[in-house]
Amino acid sequence: MEKILPPINAISQPYWDGCRQGVLRVQRCITCDHLQLYPRIFCTQCTGEDLDWIDVSGKGTIASYTVVTRAISKAYSAPYVVSLIDLDEGPRMMSSIVHCDGTRLEVGMSVEVAFESWSETIMMPVFKVL
Amino acid sequence: MTTLRGKVAIIGAADTEVGIVPNIGATDLCVRAALSAMRDAGINKDQIDGLITCDSMAEPIMYHAEAIAEYLQIFPRYCMSVGTGGGTTFSIMHHAASAIATGMADTILIAMADSLRSGLTREQAMLMQSSTGHPQFEQPYGPSVPAYYALIGQAHAAKYGTTAEHLASVAVACRKHAALNPTAQMRDPITIEDVITSRMIADPLHLLDCSLVSDGGSAVILTSAERAKDFAQRPVYMLGVGEGHSHEHISQAQSLTTSAALESGQRAYQMAGLTAADMDFAQLYDCFTPTVIVELEDLGFCAKGEGGPFAASGAIELGGSLPINTHGGMLSHCHPGNPGSMFALTESVFQLRGSVAPERQVKGAEVAMVHAQGGIMSSHTSLILGNEVN
Repeated sequence: MEKILPPINAISQPYWDGCRQGVLRVQRCITCDHLQLYPRIFCTQCTGEDLDWIDVSGKGTIASYTVVTRAISKAYSAPYVVSLIDLDEGPRMMSSIVHCDGTRLEVGMSVEVAFESWSETIMMPVFKVL
Repeated sequence: MTTLRGKVAIIGAADTEVGIVPNIGATDLCVRAALSAMRDAGINKDQIDGLITCDSMAEPIMYHAEAIAEYLQIFPRYCMSVGTGGGTTFSIMHHAASAIATGMADTILIAMADSLRSGLTREQAMLMQSSTGHPQFEQPYGPSVPAYYALIGQAHAAKYGTTAEHLASVAVACRKHAALNPTAQMRDPITIEDVITSRMIADPLHLLDCSLVSDGGSAVILTSAERAKDFAQRPVYMLGVGEGHSHEHISQAQSLTTSAALESGQRAYQMAGLTAADMDFAQLYDCFTPTVIVELEDLGFCAKGEGGPFAASGAIELGGSLPINTHGGMLSHCHPGNPGSMFALTESVFQLRGSVAPERQVKGAEVAMVHAQGGIMSSHTSLILGNEVN
């Protein structure tokens, strides 16, 4: 059984390309500089449709987390951490926190992105506690 | 603007057997619920001219309401299936009331059922429900449904100091009520200790902080307040209704600790001309214990951040200032998925008719808040029901 792999589309391709290059990217509105994740065909702040991508620092803080002890399927080996990360640049994203003992995690902790190879084409952004 | 206040009433309500109900599929359960509600109302099926249902996960049907109408051999002029998760049941009430008020239909049957327990494997049920996550930006990380709600519980604990014992007190209160309800799936009393020593699923959620996986069906029948007086049962009126929709995916929520129940509640209270203090009881969506804590706060039953201590005070138990989930809730009565909060609705109808067994009856109950949400604290509907229109 395989883990759930992201169904990449034209709009999100630059995000996943970035991950393969070891860079976390978010979508930026050229008109108003608003940053957003997940990527969309327009800016949710000004409704502008001119968007590009910027590399972010990959640093953020834990907005919330949970240590999952009952795995979603056999492809996932519990315990594993599901977390919401507030990137320093603003957008929030779901991710995992790896190489950590879940009992020592706290909301507000600083984390930094890392990339895990999940398939020949997919590098998944995950986070490590700083 | 015209208001829906007092315009419609529930004239029939019924549940099927719930819990583990093998040998009957979700479609048949839905029809069984519908027939029971019609019997309760003393209404002939030919008098039903509107039908609303939600789809089943165990027996999906593309045009669900149409298929149920065909099965029943009724020929409505208003027919619709709706799906916004657990919030479906009460957003449907909003739509049905509007349809009656605008003349789209006179008498609407709302029927829902599913067989998550007997019609799906445990794995199928888990995967199907967790597909609520964003396919690219959430699901790959493997969040189970409890994990999504654990993110809310953890954020609430970090911000307000809500403890495992606070969460557990919700499960204990629901079980206490279920123990008084012969139809509930889980009726053995539990303690705070039982909850916090039960197996961890996704911290801070233990097994007993999680609702059940059940089979079951339930139905209600709505008509105009004028017509309602002609039927067998004491009408239960819709005094207020309001919705709030803030996101679908938890990573897009504007707040993890304050929900759109704040808006749905305010809209419902405003329509009813009532406040939280006027409510004799409340049925609050309890897929997981933190949901109830957030709803107690956002619906104005206690100050923001004090949901945990409020729940632990005993206020939410029968005999307390605000009994909740008097049938046992989804934590202990049953949770067949999208129809889950229908049972909170039918229980509210029975409470407001005064027809519940004496040990579970809220004494002198006149008005109630009935709230459900779907997604991951995403789409909220608040109903205020009463047995009089003043």
